[in-house]
Amino acid sequence: MHYLLNHLDTAWDLTLIHLRLSLIPVLLGLLIAVPAGALLWRRTALRRLSTVLAGIIFTIPSLALFVVLPLIIPTRILDEANVIVALTLYTTALLVRAVPEALDAVPPPVRDAATAVGYTRIGQLLRVELPLSVPILVAGVRVVAVTNISMVAVGSVIGIGGLGTWFTEGYQADKSDQIVAGIMVIFILALIVDMLILLGGRLITPWARAGAAG
Amino acid sequence: MNFLQQALAYLFTAENWHGKAGLGARIAEHLQYTGVAVGVSALIAIPIGLAIGHTGRGSFFIVTAVNGLRALPTLGVLLLGVLLWGLGLLPPTVALTLLAVPPLLAGTYAGIANVDPMITDAARSMGMTERRVLTRVEIPLAMPLILGGLRTATLQVVATATIAAYASLGGLGRYLIDGIKVRQFALALVGALLVTALALVIDGLLAVAVWASVPGSGRMRRRLPQPLLDDEARLDAAGSAGLEAAGTRRIT
Repeated sequence: MHYLLNHLDTAWDLTLIHLRLSLIPVLLGLLIAVPAGALLWRRTALRRLSTVLAGIIFTIPSLALFVVLPLIIPTRILDEANVIVALTLYTTALLVRAVPEALDAVPPPVRDAATAVGYTRIGQLLRVELPLSVPILVAGVRVVAVTNISMVAVGSVIGIGGLGTWFTEGYQADKSDQIVAGIMVIFILALIVDMLILLGGRLITPWARAGAAG
Repeated sequence: MNFLQQALAYLFTAENWHGKAGLGARIAEHLQYTGVAVGVSALIAIPIGLAIGHTGRGSFFIVTAVNGLRALPTLGVLLLGVLLWGLGLLPPTVALTLLAVPPLLAGTYAGIANVDPMITDAARSMGMTERRVLTRVEIPLAMPLILGGLRTATLQVVATATIAAYASLGGLGRYLIDGIKVRQFALALVGALLVTALALVIDGLLAVAVWASVPGSGRMRRRLPQPLLDDEARLDAAGSAGLEAAGTRRIT
């Protein structure tokens, strides 16, 4: 506790780095996965292929991917870009399976009603089906965001910045209070991010609450 | 020679596989850490998940425990454990067990809680005791989700067991972490490739187990649970929407 209070400035700087490394991939992943998932939705063969591919990407351990990526893309080893690209891959792999599933879950009567009132196919997708799939997507995004935060922390063993550096520094200097401070900050950070995504999801789906109340 | 060629040359040299610090021994260590941690967390998480899923009481505890443990940084727990208890198997086992508990708990609970109450009521009306309802009806129906949770847990532990090497233990992390430390990237690549291969093989085996566990002829039709996404997403669904529904169901 003392360590944290005495190093609030550093904690803030490291938190910003940590958030940048873990949440930019979530945004990029969403930008890729939502259109890709919507495109794959009605295409059975492509969807099956993407599920298999996403499963394989998701299985690659993050530390391994941080190390292997520089061989595949033109970045240097231990570059921040590797982390962002790797975590974007995981986020996309997870969400690209979630989007078609969330679209599947839209009740057929809703679909029929939207068609009946004259929505075009694209309008129906954008204005009816995608908004209704938000709650399932939010569940996926929460998992991804919290997982990314812990993956960035683990990355400090191979020299990646962020709050994980308090673990490696504290370990090397035999300072358990620094490690405890790191655990606390990351724990609270993950819970806050998780909560904000949950609240954000509720905010953009006001009808879900109205339905539950009525 | 580039890194990849060097790494492959290392992998295909027989003497690198033998001995106490050879690839074979490192893989065995890696599997040992993984097995112990997943085993211990299964012993903790599965009974709790079964009890809460069956009774419907304490669902809030599951959601809190899963979200809280998921936010706990494994590396911090491991290194703190080493400073407190010294080097040895205990710190990585504790850290990796805490990592494996959330998916197992979520999968087990969601599996049991999602069993159609009509089915359990039918089982009760046929005269099954609560124990038999759980063991003969709910657990078989929940098996795909329970094993799905086990699959996610194992996948995360295999991937994260690499950090044991940072606390002076063995496992495949030795290559990865030592390679980075001494700037021998080919060596780091050896570790990365082997961990990836190990994760893919184990995940494939568990995927088959999940598929085989789908009761009846369902495995031919139904889509199978996906790692991480399903157990956690269903937990969220069960936690928010299904909570009150589960509560009212159980009373009737």
